[in-house]
Order: sequence, then structure tokens, then C-alpha cells
Amino acid sequence: MSIKQTLFDPVFKNNPIALQILGICSALAVTTKLEAALVMSVAVVVVTAFSNFFVSLIRSYIPSSIRIIVQMTIIASLVIVTDQVLKAFVYDVAKSMSVYIGLIITNCIVMGRAEGFAMKNGPLISFMDGFGNGLGYAIILIAVAFFRELFGSGKLLGHTIFPLASEGGWYMPNGMALLSPSAFFLIGAFIWILRTFKKDQVEQD
Amino acid sequence: MSKDSTTRTFIVAAVLCIVCSILVSGSAVSLKPRQLENQKLDVKKNLLLACNLIKNKNASKEEIEDAFKDIDTKIIDLETGLITTSIDVESYNQSKASKNPETSIVIPAKKDLAGIKRREKFSKVFFVKGPSTGAIKLIVLPIYGKGLWSTLYAFMAISADTKLVKGLGFYQHGETPGLGGEIENPKWTALWNDKVIFDENFQPALKVVKGQALASSSNIQHEIDGLSGATITSNGVTALVKYWLGDHGFGPYLANLRNEGGP
Repeated sequence: MSIKQTLFDPVFKNNPIALQILGICSALAVTTKLEAALVMSVAVVVVTAFSNFFVSLIRSYIPSSIRIIVQMTIIASLVIVTDQVLKAFVYDVAKSMSVYIGLIITNCIVMGRAEGFAMKNGPLISFMDGFGNGLGYAIILIAVAFFRELFGSGKLLGHTIFPLASEGGWYMPNGMALLSPSAFFLIGAFIWILRTFKKDQVEQD
Repeated sequence: MSKDSTTRTFIVAAVLCIVCSILVSGSAVSLKPRQLENQKLDVKKNLLLACNLIKNKNASKEEIEDAFKDIDTKIIDLETGLITTSIDVESYNQSKASKNPETSIVIPAKKDLAGIKRREKFSKVFFVKGPSTGAIKLIVLPIYGKGLWSTLYAFMAISADTKLVKGLGFYQHGETPGLGGEIENPKWTALWNDKVIFDENFQPALKVVKGQALASSSNIQHEIDGLSGATITSNGVTALVKYWLGDHGFGPYLANLRNEGGP
């Protein structure tokens, strides 16, 4: 596979959320606001890319009996460093994300790519694969957050788009959009649209 | 030596752990000063926002420091309600003190309206002075208590005669954005302004009601509109305000102020 394919396939063709159904939990949790989703996306892209890179770099030294632990250690270290950096430079956003940055450690996508791809491939291509999968995750996160913030609070990135009825406008916000279940509907709709165009993703009965 | 031998496994594990721990501790230590500064600035900013001294949520560091010049910080003993000078204001870490058994007390279950189980023995209070006269305009109290999912942290500004609410700002919580999270909406916190804190017996009487506080209600001077879809958070706010303004919270201190005729 070419580098370009490795990078862009996970975005639509083999999307970690839409096709592999991984990383759903955080896609529900951090998508009430677009800003939080953007920061989360960047954090996940960085962590998957670099964890893939480092795992791949030392893959020939990793004893198979402790390989999962080794991967976890690398991922956890990267996540902690990311969390620290966010707290130091974008404090307000980091505060609103609370535990969810730390919970990237448990995001199945990161671990899945480390075990499934980086253990068998070279560092550069693994980095690209991690980056691409991070992007695939990011695009869904951002799409979901876009609709949830818009319909739930009438805003985008904190700027009012639909003036709320409670503040003298006309828009009656959809409270459901702010609760986690709405993300299921949105992700479901996204998968539906994706599979309408990419018929090969439809499962056989 | 094969890749999977026991010795190799130990060596790889040890080397990895050392490298990772250096990376993690290195980043934590080197970024710590910046993070602490951010935290302190954030608390100051929220205090200023609560008493309307700054309006902009994205105020710069200079604006915050500048506005904070008009604020005096004192530490009071919550039990006696007297100002104490035995503790250094700058270094006193109130949130740590509230968890340390030596510097906090257990709240009897009956008194524990705010659901916080322990509270610190000493609390900071902030005095906002008029820019030119130096006379105290507002007293700002740090308060906190349980909402639905999380502990809510806020600053409440009250008038110098302890009668009226002059500002409320929640700065840390984990409530659902758009529902309970609306406690930080300035439009809602503005409803608290000029509400009467105590009833005629000097018991805290502020209450977040369900739905709208009706003008026809006999207690309208104490009542604030509820947040729709956030009954438990609203009740939490009522309870924590009642606790902190009551005789187990700042009550004794506020009573002292009234007896002395002002701070």
C-alpha cells in the first residue's frame, strides 16, 4: 500500500468509528461542543501517530509475552505528556475536557493500530497509518460535534448561530442533542450515508 | 539470546519503563510552573467575573492582574467567624486544606446540605475595594457543593452589609453541558443579583425554584428561576448556597460583620 493510501483510507474507506466501530465511547462524551471535539481530535491524532511510530521503531525488540503491556506503556506515556502540554498551553479547554484526555489511553483505536499495524510495519508507514486513523476518528467527532452544538445550543465554537428562544431569538434548542444518545443517532446516520456511497462496506447477511 | 527469553523480557521492560518515566516526569516537572500559573490566573479570573469586575471571559493576563489590584484577601476561621493572621494568605491552599484531616472537620450528616462531607477550618474571603475611596464594596465568598454529577465550585459576591447577592460565578463543575452546565451561563447567574440573602431571622433563604420565580410569589426577593432539565443541579445550588451562608459555613462571620456594622 502506498503512503497516500495508508494515510487516507482510514478516513472514509476503512473508518475506525464507522466501519470498525471502535472508539465510540469518547465520541459520545466529548462532542457536545465543537471546540472540545477539535482539541480531542488533535490529541488523538498526535497520540495514535506517535504511538504507532514508537511501537514500530522498537517492534523487533518487543518480547511477544509482554507486547501489549509495552504498547500500553508507550500509549499511556504519550497521553500523559499530551495532557500536560494541553494544561500548560490551552488551560481553559483542557479544563473543560477534564478526564477525557486521560481516557485516550483506553481508546481502542490507538491500541488497535499499535497491535494490528505498527507491530508488522516500518516506523514511517506506521506513523502515517496512525495519523490516518486519527483523522478518520477526528472527522466523525467533528461532524457529530458540529450537529450537536448547532442543534443543542444553537452555537458553533461558542458563537451564536441560531438565537435561542430563551434569549429573545426564535430557536428552541433540542435538549436531546446535548445528551449522549443523540451521538448514536448521528453516528448511525453517518454510517448510513457512508454505506450508501460505498456499497462494499455493507455487511452480507 | 532470543527475543523471548526471560532475561530479554526483563531488560526490555526495565529500559522501556525508565525511558517512559523520564519522559513523563520530565514533561510534568518542566510544565508545572506554567500550569500553576494558569490555575491561579483562572481562579482570579473567575472571581473577577463573579463580581463583574471584568466582563470578558478571554481577558488577558494583564487585564486580570490589573483588575485584581482592587481586591484584598483575608483568611477567616469559619467556626468563630474571626479573621486570622496565623496563616499566610499567599501560600494557603484551600482546596488541599479541605481534604486534609488536620485542617478540615467532618460535617455532621444533618448539617451537610452541600453533600461535601468535610470542610476546611479556614477559608479565604475577598474584599473588593472601591477604586478610589478604598471602602469595601463587596465581599466574595468561595462556596462549593454537590450537583448532579460533580462538585460545583463558585464565588459568591455579596454586598458589604451582607444583605444582598451581588454576583455569582461557577467556575468548575462537570454537569451536562446545556442542561446542568447552564449554571455558568451569565444570563442565569445575573438573576441572582440583588436577591435578598437572609429572612427576618437571619436564616439563609435563597432558593432556586422549579420553573420561573413568579413576581406574585411572596418570597420573590429570595427566589431565582430554575434551570429547565436540571432539577438536581438546581437543588444542589440551593443546598450549597444554604449551607455556606448558614451557621456551619460563613454564618458566624457574616453575623460578626453585621454586629460590627461592616467589614
